[in-house]
Amino acid sequence: MGKYFLILAFLGIELAVVLNVLVPNQDNAKDLDLLKAKYSKEEKQPADHSKFAALNKHFDRPEDVTLACISCHNERDKQIMATNHWTWEKTEYMKGKGIVNFGKINAINNFCVSIKGNEGSCVKCHAGFGLGKPEFSLNDSAKVDCLICHDNSETYMKGQDMNGFPDPTVDLTKVAQNVGKPERSNCGVCHFYGGGGNNVKHGDLEEALFEPNKELDVHMAVDQVNMQCVDCHKTIDHKIKGNLYSVSSMDLNRLTCDECHSATPHKEDILNEHTLKVACQTCHIPTYAKANATKLEWDWSTAGRLRNGEPYEIDDKDGNHTYLSIKGSFKWGKNLQPDYAWFNGTANHYLMGEVVKDTTQPVQINTLYGSYSDVNSKITPIKIHKGNQPYDPINRILITPKLYADKKGEGALWMDFDWQKSAEVGMKETGLPYSGKVGFIKTEAYCPLNHMVAPKEKSVSCTECHTNSNSRLANLKDFYMPARDRSPFIEDFGLAFIALAFGGSLVHGGARIISKSKTNKKG
Amino acid sequence: MKKKVYIYKGFERFWHWSQAILVIFLAFTGFEVHGSYKFFGYENATVYHQIAAYSYIVLVIFTIFWHFTTGEWRQYIPTWKNFKAQINYYLFGIFKNAPHPTKKTVLTKLNPLQKLTYLGLKLLVIPVMATTGLLYMFYRYPQSHRIESINIDSLHTIALIHTIGAFLIIAFLIAHLYLITTGSTVTSNLKAMLTGYEDIESDEKEDNKVEEIKEEIN
Repeated sequence: MGKYFLILAFLGIELAVVLNVLVPNQDNAKDLDLLKAKYSKEEKQPADHSKFAALNKHFDRPEDVTLACISCHNERDKQIMATNHWTWEKTEYMKGKGIVNFGKINAINNFCVSIKGNEGSCVKCHAGFGLGKPEFSLNDSAKVDCLICHDNSETYMKGQDMNGFPDPTVDLTKVAQNVGKPERSNCGVCHFYGGGGNNVKHGDLEEALFEPNKELDVHMAVDQVNMQCVDCHKTIDHKIKGNLYSVSSMDLNRLTCDECHSATPHKEDILNEHTLKVACQTCHIPTYAKANATKLEWDWSTAGRLRNGEPYEIDDKDGNHTYLSIKGSFKWGKNLQPDYAWFNGTANHYLMGEVVKDTTQPVQINTLYGSYSDVNSKITPIKIHKGNQPYDPINRILITPKLYADKKGEGALWMDFDWQKSAEVGMKETGLPYSGKVGFIKTEAYCPLNHMVAPKEKSVSCTECHTNSNSRLANLKDFYMPARDRSPFIEDFGLAFIALAFGGSLVHGGARIISKSKTNKKG
Repeated sequence: MKKKVYIYKGFERFWHWSQAILVIFLAFTGFEVHGSYKFFGYENATVYHQIAAYSYIVLVIFTIFWHFTTGEWRQYIPTWKNFKAQINYYLFGIFKNAPHPTKKTVLTKLNPLQKLTYLGLKLLVIPVMATTGLLYMFYRYPQSHRIESINIDSLHTIALIHTIGAFLIIAFLIAHLYLITTGSTVTSNLKAMLTGYEDIESDEKEDNKVEEIKEEIN
């Protein structure tokens, strides 16, 4: 009896193990339905702004609209003025550099390089009026642009090269009477066009996201939950959650998928186990730039060429500029597989005037920190943007060229097409030393990808990473990954050992058969 | 004189054959996880490998219990007696129809080479495979809970040891499959492990000892 009991008990435990592993956890599926229901609800405006007397008048200046706004919403101006949508800089710690005031206002990137001296054009996307003009002050509430974020009429827009003032054709009264919570169009009008054109900078933020379908982005899809940017980028007192790591350095105010989905959202434990080391985005953003191309390389060194004394452009078949006299040559990419890096939410940045130590490697415009052994790091998909940008080879610093001016003769590259003058005037305006020599140097910038989340059926599958041929993670070499990694020595040893056992058996068995037939014959 | 003897008991056979199935299944799914081929699909292979691993651990625990309660563990005490003779038999004697140097009895089921090999499997290979296997499955958790003393920095060593073990077990399996044909007849060992009974040269001394033990138990 004892042995049957033993066998039955064994089978019972086996059954428990198998059931526990195979029966999926239903709770998580319910969570997803609840989330969908929650974010599908349309919010009603609490007040009809067209009925407010303060807005029932003609506005000559956009500043007057702002003053009308804060006549009711008092202190809101102070809130926005404390955010980096207004200051364009944050005070953050950078490894080896200490506490630094850093942001769009003083950053160097490998797109249009620097805002300094080019405010007239660049500050179109500042949440204010007149940044860069002498009469502008960061302490002047009237200069806050409420409408760029709160216009729900879809008629407000900033003017081209107008220092952030609205286009003269905008009906300010109509816009003021139709304000509300920011929608995708409010955010997108700036964030989709970073770098001077649609999808140029980010690769995962572009105008196709104004009205995306499910294939493009499961969250924002108009036929699905139709989420707005601020549904995830939750905002308290105008402080918006989320970091862009071309201008952020610390793991503060960072937005993660966990906040809605939890750290273990999958039915399958084996997938949940990955979330400790792998960011959600790594599997759920298999490709980016899905609708329109994004810029991958920007070579400034070819800028300034003229045809018959006139600037010109060359476009590819999709209409992307591959050459512009004002900006140089570009490489674009569409439907791209991301690069991958360990990232822990902290970063470093090339600072204006920083001496380049190693000129044999591309200058790192920003550095994303992280490694396998760091508990806060996760594998994160990134877009790498490569530049070849103006550089002073004597002083060994990146040049901030004067690009924009409203007329010729001020040294602006986009007017005069003269690198020497552009560099000289640009460096003077940023207060940096300039040797008089313009060279070019390779640069690289890293941008984590967070948007264009694919339907779950399109997620990266196991063997796209767990493979020893063309693994997506082939470049992350600081850890062992099953199926990707193996020791050639152990493989050879193991196969040899198996061959030995097999061969030995064959030889021994063969010899037995032969010897047996011999003894049989003898017998 | 040959006598039909009940040599492999019920649980022993159950253990042997479920172990055989589990080990082969573990090897098959394991090498898919290793990236050697595609069959179940990577995620399935991983999940199946884990289920089989837990099942195998449960089986091993039951079997350890069985070994100690029945005293069968004594079968695996290594000995030098007949050690050289056994090697000589496999190298030469077997081809000349020489008799087995070790007589198979209920109390001595294993020849000295088998004793050493199985002891090595039981004390070294299987424990190392189970340990590295569990570490392989759980290595993330100590780190996330930040207990420094049990922090495992890399899967590398664990995975490589587990892989070496897998190769050794497959080599063993091949040799084992061949060597079961070297019994008194080609199929006698296989039949014995299936039915429990084997025709064995009777040994009076041994028979008496078995009777004595049986009486003691009763």
